[in-house]
Amino acid sequence: MAAEMVPYGRVTQRPPAVKDVHIVWITAGLGCDGDSVSITAATQPSVEDVVMGAIPGLPKVHLHNPVLAYEVGDDFLKYYYQAEQGLIDPFVLVVEGSIPNEHLSGDGYWAAVGQDGMTGQPIKTTEWIDRLAPKALAVVAIGTCATYGGIHAMAGNPTGCMGLADYLGWDWKSKAGIPIVNVPGCPVQPDNFMETVLYLLYVAAGLAPMIPLDQEGRPTWLFAKTVHEGCDRGSYYEEGEFAHEYGSPKCLVKLGCWGPVVNCNVPKRGWMAGLGGCPNVGGICIGCTMPGFPDKFMPFMDEPPGAKISSSTIGVYGAAVRKLRSITNSTVNKEPKWRHNRPELTTGYHEPVRQLKERAS
Amino acid sequence: MSTQTVTHTPAKPRTLVDMNWDPITRIVGSLGIYTKIDFANREVAECYSTSSIFRGYSVFMKGKDPRDAHFITSRICGICGDNHATCATYAQNMAFNVRPPAMAEWIVNLGEAAEYMFDHNIFKDNLVGVDFCEQMVKETNPSVWEKAKNTEAPHAADHGYRTIADIMTALNPFSGEFYRETLHVSRYTREMFCLMEGRHVHPSTLYPGGVGTVPTIQLFTDYITRLMRYCEFMKKVVPLHDDLFNFIYQALPGYEKVGQRRILLGCWGSFQDPAVCDYTYEHMNEWGNAMYVTPGVVVDGKLVTTDLVDINLGIRILLGSSYYEDWEESETFVGKDPLGNPVDKRHPWNQTTIPRPQKRDFDGKYTWVMSPRWYHDGEKSDNKYLALDTGGGPIARFWATALAGKVDIGYVKATGNSVKIYLPKTAMKPEVEFEWKVPKWSNAIERDRARTYFQAYAAACALYFAEQAMAELYAGRTHTWSEFKVPDEAIGCGFHEAVRGVLSHHVVIRDGKIANYHPYPPTPWNANPRDVFGTPGPYEDAVQNTPIFEENGPDNFKGIDIMRAVRSFDPCLPCGVHMYLGNGKVLETHHSPMFGMVK
Repeated sequence: MAAEMVPYGRVTQRPPAVKDVHIVWITAGLGCDGDSVSITAATQPSVEDVVMGAIPGLPKVHLHNPVLAYEVGDDFLKYYYQAEQGLIDPFVLVVEGSIPNEHLSGDGYWAAVGQDGMTGQPIKTTEWIDRLAPKALAVVAIGTCATYGGIHAMAGNPTGCMGLADYLGWDWKSKAGIPIVNVPGCPVQPDNFMETVLYLLYVAAGLAPMIPLDQEGRPTWLFAKTVHEGCDRGSYYEEGEFAHEYGSPKCLVKLGCWGPVVNCNVPKRGWMAGLGGCPNVGGICIGCTMPGFPDKFMPFMDEPPGAKISSSTIGVYGAAVRKLRSITNSTVNKEPKWRHNRPELTTGYHEPVRQLKERAS
Repeated sequence: MSTQTVTHTPAKPRTLVDMNWDPITRIVGSLGIYTKIDFANREVAECYSTSSIFRGYSVFMKGKDPRDAHFITSRICGICGDNHATCATYAQNMAFNVRPPAMAEWIVNLGEAAEYMFDHNIFKDNLVGVDFCEQMVKETNPSVWEKAKNTEAPHAADHGYRTIADIMTALNPFSGEFYRETLHVSRYTREMFCLMEGRHVHPSTLYPGGVGTVPTIQLFTDYITRLMRYCEFMKKVVPLHDDLFNFIYQALPGYEKVGQRRILLGCWGSFQDPAVCDYTYEHMNEWGNAMYVTPGVVVDGKLVTTDLVDINLGIRILLGSSYYEDWEESETFVGKDPLGNPVDKRHPWNQTTIPRPQKRDFDGKYTWVMSPRWYHDGEKSDNKYLALDTGGGPIARFWATALAGKVDIGYVKATGNSVKIYLPKTAMKPEVEFEWKVPKWSNAIERDRARTYFQAYAAACALYFAEQAMAELYAGRTHTWSEFKVPDEAIGCGFHEAVRGVLSHHVVIRDGKIANYHPYPPTPWNANPRDVFGTPGPYEDAVQNTPIFEENGPDNFKGIDIMRAVRSFDPCLPCGVHMYLGNGKVLETHHSPMFGMVK
């Protein structure tokens, strides 16, 4: 079928299916607000790219995030109430921080924001989620606390906290049929999150198909590969060269790096602007994007049990390969012998036959 | 009451209006501020600061491997998590008896300097700055906006904004030019941070014993080129803020009262000198005094100590209005410090955290924040438990450093009553010297002003640290980590300056595991409630009796003066201050509250 004809100079791309989208953000889980802070570091796209209309085809975006909001107190919370009453529609609900188990907090609360006008008591975070999630176009859990529970859900915690999908149910779907979108990371890698939001805005605008998610609710294009697959120290692993002290540029698995079994693109993408990261810059991967974080990776500074077998197996092969490569490497480190300043040409060049004949005659 | 603001008899009968703000936005964490406002006398009569989130680090860290402490505690804070990670490694180094190589210390200092440069920058001009932007000033004080339009900015040649109104317009969220520029600066300063500590905000390359960062020529090139761009930026920002803040004093006479409280400042010191710092408790006074930000406690403008041992032993954690059970009956972990000094039962080493969630009651318990105090034997009033504040960090750091007069490294110099900052020539601007002078007040404007100057201070220190690191590199001393063994039994403490003020971590190790761990970040010092003696926390204290300059009445009151008072402390709890703005409902009349007095 022929492509749709587009007249030259069309003012803009196809108008979005909806004119306005609100992003209603709850930071009142058990968290550190590190994900809200993190997204201010994003440049692909940046938060101002999204709210100022710098990306073609998007609806007008109204961001209601407590860390950045102009409004304070009830002036800010009015967006929560409006979302609940269907007055701002559609909206994407972003939840940050792990969800405490309020069955365990008696008359009190573990996490709350705002005040109930009738009782004078704080409004629990779980109550806000109950009110807002059913009304949202999509629900996004940002950071490992909101996605899977994270650090505050480690063994021995008093709050019984959990991830958003543990709270709403793993088969929960928004009214638009979109499952919970999980963007883990402790904190979230800035561009990973903003790009996910951008994708959802494309979906809302009618420009993109359903967001591709894996079984753990993660965008597949961001989390399908392991840290190791994107790590520029992976080649040290292949050659069996392992760091035995921090500060070494070699592979860190023996010092506690879990990269080979962790879904995350940070070594490939860098932390921001292509800079920083984890094992690529000397930091062991502690699995901070994973549902099993942190307990299944602790103590962080011990060698992962699986790495013992694989690293000793690779040792023999790696040593041999390294030896062979060092021979080849020293060969390719020498210039060809015809590059010299002697009064003779040894490059193998021969004048064309015709010229030789002419000279002979 | 040592920390109480002066209680005066109001000129007109009090008519109190209940107003609260929950959540306080443009801070990190959950904070609510509940007040009673006296519109007849135009002042805040009562203030309660409340935080509505509990997470329980001290509970779930028990029994964990002590080497994990810095990875875990970084997650306490989403904007200065690296300060926690750094402070935790300081405590680990003491407990494990390990001294990192000099290169590691310079790398950490460079990372932490970048954190100050980034964090103060984004907080001041993307979060607090909005309180001074065109839109806000027009909505709260239209007459001030009119005046700003006709006031030339004295340093227009340095920063490029002709009038004060131009500065305010540039601070409008997203649409303002300077707002967007600072967002951009917040990014390349975080890149500098990532070069040294791997990732922001929870670093990947910090360890007890040193760092995993590989010191290469490229590492420092990448850092220094960005640092010089920042130095150039600061040559514009310091005069810009001076113009703005001086204008506020001039346009609103009496504004020095906003957020003012007694001068009670704490600073726990920042930036180790690897030549002196061996992390032993026995030498803590010596290496503490070698820090490039001097630790100290300032009471009524006098420096009462710079000794980290004194500072450590004076820390007390009080309850009173917090949702916890007392630990008097619990175990005493540390009876004496390694020097033989007795350690109080209410000291973090001996604290046991027992959470008790319950209904909020402003006459009883109303927050998850505890009340840290500093016990000062020399205090003249009856109450020796001082509610020190951090003033959001910079004002306390400068005040302690200036009075101590110890720091002198070419780029910065403490003179005894000021701190001088030298920034060399940059691409478009000549060399510049700034001087932070001890101010008359501990108030909202001076807290905000110190923040700007401290950005320049951090940049100047970074120039020195980079030189030191590169000298190590050129000399071939590139090791960044020292080996250690985790002892079965040990104690440790770390002292640092988080971006917004004092930070301490206290650890007790038994059987090779964490037996007790209590971090005390700045915001508990600032945002705490009335303690068991009735002494209000610093936010409460600073907001109470704050005069109201806002031109709006109760019906459309924004509480801007209160917001400026609270935000001047750079609130960063995952915690908050609620101020509820009701509909102007009169609560009671002819009320003369006895603020903070024991009933």
